[in-house]
Amino acid sequence: MQKEAAIREPLILGHKTYHDVTEDVCKPIEDKAPRMWYILFTIALIIGLYGVGSICYLLGTGIGVWGLNKTIGWAWDITNFVWWVGIGHAGTLISAVLLLFRQKWRMAINRSAEAMTIFAVFMAGTFPLIHMGRLWVGYWVLPLPNHFGSLWVNFNSPLLWDVFAISTYLSVSLVFWYIGLIPDFATIRDRAKKPVAKRMYSILSFGWSGRAKHWNRFELVSLVLAGLATPLVFSVHSIVSFDFATSVIPGWHTTIFPPYFVAGAVFSGFAMVQTLLLVMRKAMKLEAYIHTKHVEYMNVVIMVTGSIVGTAYITELFISWYSGVEYEAYAFLNRATGPYWWAYWSMMTCNVISPQLMWFRKLRRSLLFTFFISIIVNIGMWFERYVIIVTSIHRDYIPAAWSMHYPSHIDIAVYIGTIGLFFVFFLLFARYFPVLALNEVKTILKGSGQSYKESPDYHKHH
Amino acid sequence: MADKLIYVMYGDDEVLKNSAKKLVSNGVKIAEVYSPFPIHGIDPIIGVKGTRLGIMAFLYGLTGLTLATIGMHYFMVREWKMNVGGKPNFTYAENMLAFIPVSFEFTVLCAAHGMAITYLLLNRTLPGMPAQNPDPRTTDDKFVMEIRLQDQSISESELDELLKNTGFEELEKKVIK
Repeated sequence: MQKEAAIREPLILGHKTYHDVTEDVCKPIEDKAPRMWYILFTIALIIGLYGVGSICYLLGTGIGVWGLNKTIGWAWDITNFVWWVGIGHAGTLISAVLLLFRQKWRMAINRSAEAMTIFAVFMAGTFPLIHMGRLWVGYWVLPLPNHFGSLWVNFNSPLLWDVFAISTYLSVSLVFWYIGLIPDFATIRDRAKKPVAKRMYSILSFGWSGRAKHWNRFELVSLVLAGLATPLVFSVHSIVSFDFATSVIPGWHTTIFPPYFVAGAVFSGFAMVQTLLLVMRKAMKLEAYIHTKHVEYMNVVIMVTGSIVGTAYITELFISWYSGVEYEAYAFLNRATGPYWWAYWSMMTCNVISPQLMWFRKLRRSLLFTFFISIIVNIGMWFERYVIIVTSIHRDYIPAAWSMHYPSHIDIAVYIGTIGLFFVFFLLFARYFPVLALNEVKTILKGSGQSYKESPDYHKHH
Repeated sequence: MADKLIYVMYGDDEVLKNSAKKLVSNGVKIAEVYSPFPIHGIDPIIGVKGTRLGIMAFLYGLTGLTLATIGMHYFMVREWKMNVGGKPNFTYAENMLAFIPVSFEFTVLCAAHGMAITYLLLNRTLPGMPAQNPDPRTTDDKFVMEIRLQDQSISESELDELLKNTGFEELEKKVIK
């Protein structure tokens, strides 16, 4: 059993036993869903179906239904793609990077953060796929021998690197998530009373029995997967940033992009985790496991990554002037003072100023304030991508080609639709899956649980 | 020959560990331990060796890297020298930098999936497999030690005597043919 300093705040509040942990996590799955769940699910489903309908219309008509024009060939589609991929960075960061750093607070949040990651990457993947226009030939992005001659996909292109990065990230995250879920499914299986549920969870749990040798392998597999997923997290958003950074468009052609995109991704991902978990802990009565201290830790991550993002914005501005390249200087001046000034300053306010408020202990421990800021950050990070993408290309080299981007209703519908679908997936997850890594939480109960920390025996051992 | 399985159930991981230490020091062989979460430090006591899955992951990763290199060399240098801006790919080394991202991703892909599949096969945990834990509570809050009477050098009564004060909650004996 691991011991930790007595002055550290307990991670599990109240006087929980191992059985209580099982009860608290399994109860919401076994009980009937609350009325609120049905209401939210219906709303999310309607929005999601509206999105699916819009996508079908888009595929039937062509991507001309988007608000793109001759100058602005990339706008909401790629903005949404990068936004969703960014959100998808928190889950694996929490479970992989924090596992390597042995941060025990991750255990209460990693399961739902990983679920969020997977669903967010699903949503992200939708955009490049539908952008192809002909979804049914989407497999052409893979290096397959084809009947048009010896033509292969271009391995020099960052867009192809993205295909590999996103698909690797999605499938490895999925495996990492599922390996952790197996023992927890077994717990639900062994408690299940209804035959259908028992059968379903029996299949899902792969016959897990909790033998000592299996746990031994489980721990190593988790560690090695974490070791593999850590550089993967950083590589994925670096590669997403290469989509822009390797081009010659002023405003995109920037070496600072990879680290700046990764920091931004973690920043937005943690914000989305906060948004979801603050609601979930209340709805599923998990306040003892996900409490102020967890929220505070995540706010510290938001503050740090937000500061990196802020520094990157200012560095970009400085370099655009210092480089002496007038196109570069103009691109940034135009962002701040041109027709998209409102998007730029929304981005600056949401992403640079708001995380700095987290320096105040009172604010970063306030749940209501955290919820508010997490929404602000989500909005700000969407604007960041919009600003980078649209403002850089709406002023072409020839002033005759200058243009503005106005989203069509399909642009908006597809975007809103992915948010709906995301919540459909997340609500299903919250209903049928163990939202807390319950078997992992049990391992820290004695080291970090309140009742154990307060017992007189606790201090004797160290 | 008939064998007897003895299942000793504990309510706490530390109690089970102490009991296992005591039994092993008296020459008892413990066949298996079922627990709801990994009990740290139990492996050396009951003689579970460290897994070599890490080495497997490395080998799968190496396979991935090799496949990616062979593939990209064939697609981009041998089969069709893609001419980008008048600069065709004559050698792999000259274009190496552009191939690093895919090499890395494919290495990770193979290492992660190879290891995960090996892990599931080794554990014999696959979709549809029946659960084998002796008691459903071992995935909740109980810890069970499995002892095979046939493996022991001591008699059943001696074993009962040893188990007596180890603080177990339940004890079940099962005869198997």
